[in-house]
Amino acid sequence: MSDLNQKMVEKYKGNFLQEVINNVEEGETMKMCMQCGVCSGSCPLGPHWEYPPQHIFMLIRAGKRDEVLNTDSFWNCTSCYNCIARCPRGVQITHVMHGLARYQKVLGLAPKNQPTEKFSQLFWDNLVQKGRVNELKLGLSLYFMNGFGEGIKTALKNQKLGMAMMKAKRMNPAEMFGGHGVKDPAGFQKMVKKAHELEAARIAGEES
Amino acid sequence: MAHEYSFYPGCSSQKGASGSNQMVSNETMCDKLDIKLNAIDDWNCCGASVGYSGGGELARLTISARNIAISEKQHPDQDLIATCPACWLATRETQERLHDDPQMMSDANKALAEIGVEYQGIKKPARHMTEVLVEDIGFDGIAKPVTKPLEGLKIAGYVGCQSNRPYGIAGESFENPMYLDKMSEAVGAEALTGYEKKASCCGGALMFSEQEKSQALVKEIIEAAYDHGADMIMTPCAMCQMNVEAYQSDINEKYGTKFDIPVVFYSQVLSVAYGSTASEAALDGQLIAPKKLIDIANK
Amino acid sequence: MADEMKVAGYICTGCGIGDRLDAGQLEMIATREGRIASCKQHEFLCSAEGVKMIKDDIDSGEATHLMIAACSRRAKTDAFSFGEIPMARANLREGVIWIRPEDPEQDETTQEMADDYIRMACNEVKQMNKPERSGEQELNKNILVVGGGVTGMTAAIEASKAGYPATIVEKSDHLGGALAGFSKKVPSKAPYAEPEDTGIAEMIAAIEADDTITVHLNSKLAKTSGAPGRFVAEIEGAGVTSEFGAIIQATGFTPYDANNLPELGYGKTPDVVTQLELEALVKDADGAIKRPSDGKEVESVVFVQCAGQRSTKENHLEYCSGFCCTTSIKQAMYFKEANGDINTTILFDDLRTPGAAGEDFYRAGQEAGVTFRKGKVSEVDGSLNVKFDDLILGMEDNIQPDLVVLATGMVPNSGVNIEAIAPKDDEEAEAGEQTENDDVVAVIDAESILNLDYRQGPDVPQLVNGFTDSHFICFPYETRRTGIYTAGPVRRPMDVEQAKSDAMGAAMKAIQAAENAALGRAAHPRSGDLSFPKFRLEGCTQCKRCTVECPFGAINEDEKGYPQFNEARCRRCGTCMGACPVRVISFENYNIMTVSEQIKNVDIPDEFDEKPRILVLACENDAYPALDMAAATGKIEYSAFARVIPVRCLGSVSTIWIQESLDSGFDGVVLMGCKKGADYQCHFVKGSEMAHYRMGKIGDTLETLSLEKERVAIYEVAITDIEKAPQYINDMAATIEEIGMSPFKF
Repeated sequence: MSDLNQKMVEKYKGNFLQEVINNVEEGETMKMCMQCGVCSGSCPLGPHWEYPPQHIFMLIRAGKRDEVLNTDSFWNCTSCYNCIARCPRGVQITHVMHGLARYQKVLGLAPKNQPTEKFSQLFWDNLVQKGRVNELKLGLSLYFMNGFGEGIKTALKNQKLGMAMMKAKRMNPAEMFGGHGVKDPAGFQKMVKKAHELEAARIAGEES
Repeated sequence: MAHEYSFYPGCSSQKGASGSNQMVSNETMCDKLDIKLNAIDDWNCCGASVGYSGGGELARLTISARNIAISEKQHPDQDLIATCPACWLATRETQERLHDDPQMMSDANKALAEIGVEYQGIKKPARHMTEVLVEDIGFDGIAKPVTKPLEGLKIAGYVGCQSNRPYGIAGESFENPMYLDKMSEAVGAEALTGYEKKASCCGGALMFSEQEKSQALVKEIIEAAYDHGADMIMTPCAMCQMNVEAYQSDINEKYGTKFDIPVVFYSQVLSVAYGSTASEAALDGQLIAPKKLIDIANK
Repeated sequence: MADEMKVAGYICTGCGIGDRLDAGQLEMIATREGRIASCKQHEFLCSAEGVKMIKDDIDSGEATHLMIAACSRRAKTDAFSFGEIPMARANLREGVIWIRPEDPEQDETTQEMADDYIRMACNEVKQMNKPERSGEQELNKNILVVGGGVTGMTAAIEASKAGYPATIVEKSDHLGGALAGFSKKVPSKAPYAEPEDTGIAEMIAAIEADDTITVHLNSKLAKTSGAPGRFVAEIEGAGVTSEFGAIIQATGFTPYDANNLPELGYGKTPDVVTQLELEALVKDADGAIKRPSDGKEVESVVFVQCAGQRSTKENHLEYCSGFCCTTSIKQAMYFKEANGDINTTILFDDLRTPGAAGEDFYRAGQEAGVTFRKGKVSEVDGSLNVKFDDLILGMEDNIQPDLVVLATGMVPNSGVNIEAIAPKDDEEAEAGEQTENDDVVAVIDAESILNLDYRQGPDVPQLVNGFTDSHFICFPYETRRTGIYTAGPVRRPMDVEQAKSDAMGAAMKAIQAAENAALGRAAHPRSGDLSFPKFRLEGCTQCKRCTVECPFGAINEDEKGYPQFNEARCRRCGTCMGACPVRVISFENYNIMTVSEQIKNVDIPDEFDEKPRILVLACENDAYPALDMAAATGKIEYSAFARVIPVRCLGSVSTIWIQESLDSGFDGVVLMGCKKGADYQCHFVKGSEMAHYRMGKIGDTLETLSLEKERVAIYEVAITDIEKAPQYINDMAATIEEIGMSPFKF
């Protein structure tokens, strides 16, 4: 168990709802959930969730911390915002799901080999490098995210698409070298780092 | 008098990026509608829909706050607009979140201080390009420059998610937004208003990580368009465009379907109706050629 | 009554009547066949000018009785309002021209319809007399309130505020009822976010300071007799006998006996308590709430909703008590207020928080951090382990709190179920009331509350589950004993705020009852009606049907078994008139003859004319308006062979009318009344049910006449059934076409 996770278990003594409210993005809004289940029924990937959003909320209330922090359910969120649009109680479901995924990660509990978790980290790393996303590099790193051999296979499989995209001038091989970005990537990275530090301090209870 | 806006292009709409056909056709369209877009200099990525994972809340809001702050400095009196729904959503969400949470605002400014930028708070909510068309230009205004009415063209208006939820266009419903249909009709095409997948999710960024699940969603979106006899699918979103267009051969392979339906941006459709050439409308940027639209453009 | 009857007829030719019908012919029929003194036409009879014409005739003595042939009797009632002057209305608009197509081929039958309505109205009005008040009661403004809980206190305060002195009879030694034992109550004011003071102390203070409110504690009613305006109550304990204008029964509820719930741990450990017991625990707590067994501070509490409620198990309550969900939220907030770290879990099946306020309070509970789990509790054991099925997660789970609170429900404190003990001296009555006896909670050995000196039993009738019967749609406080109003949880399960508004409503009704009694006027639904049944006792055979069948217990019997009528208890429905086999009961303006004469004066064409006649007896409360509204759509038609007669209630229909109509050559009879049964809509509660019962026996009559039983049909019709009601008439027309014309045409 990570130190932070251990610390949180001790801090909240089984009051998982409070832990979520304090540390998960828009977590406060889930208090008003009335268990109607519209969110679960509205989710395009609903059937793929081990615990659909309604159940996640119920588990949180029931204090089932392990169940919630060990599932990869919320990594199925496509950010379609159907749930938020339809929730009669204004629960910011999409954001809470994102927040739970992030929190799980911060606690060192992110599921191993979760494709969306991996991809989204690659995406963020790519973004932070230059301040903008380099689709070519992101695509390539995506292909290789499951190892070199797997990557070659994926790359070959997607070769046709890649060629077509280049032909349509929607993929630029020159992006491989340098590529576009903000003028001061180092400053950008410093800014992001500062934001991360502030957020970590808040979660750890070290208010700045 | 030209309408003038501060413009946030975003990563995928850059030249040579997956949505460059949107960028090109949008420029053409704006030209015809006398809309002037002043791109903000030195913008950064919005974090898109999966930025939450690596970025968390504060970093994600901070990077968008940087864009807004730059826009306000460079084009102080102009509305900030985006063509990409994700860019728009992230920007507008940042404005709201920082407005509602003073602690978050102060933290974001602490991070921004590292590069000497200050975010001063919400002035006017960021807007999406379609809001500009619907609200500032109006459907009559959209119809005005038409020189080649797109008669007989059946268009399934695929609004998708993020231009529609959670904010959407004022006056539209989340479940059955009509603005794309009205645009189609304004330029003389036939809008397939009953297209029931118009606001369904294409899988978004999960197309990269969860291809099978996402392609199952896309299959439904395409199938419904065929069911309604669509000649093409029209969308405002670069992610939707890419996801629905690029994987049709994969889907055909998996499901034994024979999908081959063009997926275009509304800016491409409007450009053609306004008399632009196929390349001005970036129709050469399609993976599946929108033949009927090309024919009209070449007429 | 005027010495000489002068029936004046007025035919309106407006609204298209004159265009569609031959008004000259109608006028001729009125004078020649209807034999009325005079008849005039007017092109706009409900105009000021038309009304003045009628009024002038009345003033000059030219008109003592009115025959108005225009629109439905339900239309233009403000214009055609001439006090108590007898008036018949021939319905030429809704009843003829609007319901028949504008088609030259149909003109003949349409005109015949109108002709008949003129004949009918002329002969009806001749049988009517001007009703006059009985003078049986004087104004007595005193209101008796039985029960001194929040409902009774509210009723007394409201009556007193309106200038009507109130007397509270309370069986215990204090005012306040169940609420007096509460720590706080569910909020009644926006933003409905926190439990609030019960307000009981203020109410008691207000009552003590009020000279016009008398309180008798440790008292009950030994005997209640009389009628609205002249009730006499012997108050045992106080040792007084007083007279009252009206009575409000606010006897509340008795808590459900939790000893029936050993499976939920009640009785096994003192740490399983009911909601009411928790209130006492909280009230007595000095700071932290401690559990009864060992005085440990409660750190975790579980509320079990629907404990012994909404369940068909033996000794459980079938119904929802309505107040317990918000009460549990309130009680969870007691704990949260004391210490936000206390775990409070509400296990519910369906969370029911009535009203906007309830919903807001639920949200407030969520804000306060109360945990709501949809779970069905299977067991609470002696060590407080709560086992339940989580109905959202679909899994078994358990919680081990320090205290378990059971949301047990309320049992109405309604006294004796008179229908379970009523003397069954009449097999008809038994059959007619059977439907209720199947599902009553047996409280035969309960003590009477009112001790009514009524022939029909000592308490007000109950509907289901022991709750007192009151017309749940139209007249919620009207019990089946006029002038006695029940309010609060004795009437239906409810919470404090609902009980308070109930009390206000009942107070208002009680005041009306006292005032109406003094004026000799009826209560709902025939409010203001001065007519009341008169008995020709020399013809009475003492069969007691009227006393048994009267839904309102208006009729007592004297020693010889003759009916003793209490005018102020009567609702004027005429069910007694319909019941009487020897036809000795009548109203001045509604009697056997007013309808018989209409039936007799319908022109019956020869059998070979192929123009059948259908008699429709339609309840004036729902069926008749439904037919009017069907006509107003302009799209619905019914047979031109129908002749519709409105009746006060289907209960007032005498079988003689059916017999006479068939005898005189009618081919079919359709009766339409309101819905009967436990979810009745009958405005007189039992009238429609009695009619259905009586018509069940009409088969014998038909048999003696050698007529097919299909010739008489009876239906339940709601006011909204604007398509069904005409359809039933058309169905009868089709039936007659199928089985042929009646052989009784002469």
